[in-house]
Amino acid sequence: MTELSLAPGAVDRDRALRLLQDYGVYGGVLALLLFNFVFTPHFASAENFRTQAVQVAPVLIVALGMALAIGTEGVDLSVGSVMALSTSLLSLYLGYGPWTATLIAVAGGVVAGLASGALVAFVGVQPIVATLASMVAARGLALVLLPQLKDVHDPGLAALGSGDVLGVPHLALIAAALALLVAFVVRRSTFGRQLLAIGDSRPAARLAGLPVRRVLVVVYVCSGALAAIAGVLATARLTASDPTSLGTLMELSAITAVVVGGTPLSGGRVRIGGTVAGAVLIQLLTTTLVKHDLPPSWTQIAQAVVIVAAVYAARERGKR
Amino acid sequence: MLTVTGLCKTFPGVRALSEVDFTARAGEVHALVGENGAGKSTLIKVLTGVYQPDAGELSCDGSQVRFATPLQAQQAGISTIYQEVNLVPLMSVARNLFLGREPRGRLGLIDFRRMHRAAEDTLRAMGIRVDVRRPLRELGVGAQQMVALARAVAVDARVVIMDEPTSSLEPREVRTLFGVIRTLRERGIAVIYVSHRMDELYEICDAVTVLRDGRVVHTGRLAELDRLRLVALMLGREIGEVREEGLTKFTGSRDTAARPVLEAEGLRIRHQLDGVSVSLRPGEVVGLGGLLGSGRSETAKAIAGAVPVDGGRVVVAGEPVRAGSTAAAIRAGISLLPEDRKTEGIVPGLSVRENIALAALPGLSRFGLVDDARVDRIVDTFMKRLRIKAAGPHQKVGELSGGNQQKVLLARWLALHPKVLLLDEPTRGIDVGAKAEVQALVDELADDGLAVLLISSDTEELIEGSDRVVVLKDGAVVRELTGDAVTEDELMRAIAAVPAGGHDD
Repeated sequence: MTELSLAPGAVDRDRALRLLQDYGVYGGVLALLLFNFVFTPHFASAENFRTQAVQVAPVLIVALGMALAIGTEGVDLSVGSVMALSTSLLSLYLGYGPWTATLIAVAGGVVAGLASGALVAFVGVQPIVATLASMVAARGLALVLLPQLKDVHDPGLAALGSGDVLGVPHLALIAAALALLVAFVVRRSTFGRQLLAIGDSRPAARLAGLPVRRVLVVVYVCSGALAAIAGVLATARLTASDPTSLGTLMELSAITAVVVGGTPLSGGRVRIGGTVAGAVLIQLLTTTLVKHDLPPSWTQIAQAVVIVAAVYAARERGKR
Repeated sequence: MLTVTGLCKTFPGVRALSEVDFTARAGEVHALVGENGAGKSTLIKVLTGVYQPDAGELSCDGSQVRFATPLQAQQAGISTIYQEVNLVPLMSVARNLFLGREPRGRLGLIDFRRMHRAAEDTLRAMGIRVDVRRPLRELGVGAQQMVALARAVAVDARVVIMDEPTSSLEPREVRTLFGVIRTLRERGIAVIYVSHRMDELYEICDAVTVLRDGRVVHTGRLAELDRLRLVALMLGREIGEVREEGLTKFTGSRDTAARPVLEAEGLRIRHQLDGVSVSLRPGEVVGLGGLLGSGRSETAKAIAGAVPVDGGRVVVAGEPVRAGSTAAAIRAGISLLPEDRKTEGIVPGLSVRENIALAALPGLSRFGLVDDARVDRIVDTFMKRLRIKAAGPHQKVGELSGGNQQKVLLARWLALHPKVLLLDEPTRGIDVGAKAEVQALVDELADDGLAVLLISSDTEELIEGSDRVVVLKDGAVVRELTGDAVTEDELMRAIAAVPAGGHDD
């Protein structure tokens, strides 16, 4: 009888855990929002939401590419440096007009992704090592192109960085559009399906005749391009190019957003909605602590707690 | 020297060893043989302390012992040489040889001169001449294995276990290895030798223990056991045993006059395949017979482009297929159902639907976007036709039973409308009912004009399912059974035959 009475309890626990895995991030975001509405003065203002959205946009865009790389059981550490490379290229070529400069900056990200992807797919270097190499190389190249901080005075870029449409900042719109695009690609395209299969079981994907190497290269190219876009947007917002510090530790923030969002590091699953929520969650957490005048060290501790909680929730998923 | 009695070991759902008695005597080379899943590796792992037995006793030199860790087994004088050399590739040969017991000089530093001299002496005694200062990885695999062996002997081993030591050696290196094994025997060391190569067993081993399904089916002097009998013991079949037709769901033979749809010629992979040629006609089921390690799976993988080949060519319907590319083979109409369903076949985290559609995706997409309606139609068709039992098309494949996973894989390939289907152990590890269904399905597919290559360790399944059987041994075709010769007796005779020309290789 004890076993009988235990069984439903175990099922409930399983279901609770699954719910926590699938919707925990959204719950966390909701809880923080409620907390702030009640306890934080001036939180519920349009201006505050605009600030939050503008701040979270670059991390979010980078995290989208990171989610793809992690979905193939890889990781892309070069994203922060690619942002720096992008800002250098942007300010260097701004003379040709903001659009051309942006295209060149994104092309730089594509090339960096191509390099990482080729190392991973054709040479067979582990992603963490390959992208570590790109990380060092891209930062170095960025500093060669633009040795120090430089102000960016361009009306087009300024409008991109601080303008809005019906009160919604351009940055937030672009981030949202990219998130929808990536989510659509993952869910509906051949490429997306192949990416998940490769991440879940590489040997099976290879024997099923999937273009494993091509998919891997495209994944890192996407990640590089997204990081470059984030770099352009960050430059536009700051109205300055700073290749020394732009994007430092961005790779870790992006990984945090992806992991907290419920994408397992073991690959085979990509949760774009979760990644967006993960980025927002970390942003809100930081804001909450800052607005309540807690020291920055608290923010880091709080982030650590969230990461551990996310990993704990994802734990069961590993044991298929 | 080393004795086990009444050994039992159970894994969840499997009884890996039951009531196993085994004795390795000093100065004797003892062959341990058996097919896949017979329990050889489990026995070795119990002997070396990797696994703990559920029941039974281990005794060493007459006193009872328990090995809780591999280290304790090593300290008791049991050394193991695995198929893959487990040494440190970047360290020098000498350092590998003396790893953990380096000669120390004053100040407790390693005395390199003494170590190098001692290493050279040890290796020369075994007939190996290498620069002991070079990193180990610069040596050939054979020489590395010798270093591993030298290390095993040097640490005062009294029992040396070798797990398929010759699988990656050149013939010349095999000679050296055998020389070393003979020296070990003279020095009174007990050697446990695991291999599937019949010729080697009869050359070097004194005694033999045959395992099957976790039980000892025979133990005794090897010289008193003829080859045919040994093969029969390993496969669990009696010579001349009369069997009623129809124990498996396969039916009789088919038309064998048509032009071959697949011709594989002279496939060669170093250490694995030595010029294997196979041809398949439409509507024909050709069996690949042979023991474990004879090159059956390698042949199938080579045809499917899943492993790089060193020579040979594959032609499908008159068109040569680019070697070493699964994508090219699939385009040509070759589909491989791999042996290791769990790691090489299914994508466990994806749904039944995604798994079925996986290989056919490019054909089911428009502008890179998946056409969900068409995918649904195909998935629905195959789930019905193959009677795949799942909660629905969106259930994860990892949650299905083995038989249903196999059907999902079959569906994945059938959705591509292949010309040639290579089935590597299609019924392994699936329950009896599903097995019959898969067998019936294979028959049905062949009737529809598909050419099927069937690999199975179950000789009964192989014989009854196949119209012809190509018998492999040590990576080469030794015989082809056709017509009335497609019987278990003939198959075992072909496997056991002594090669003409003696022991050249």
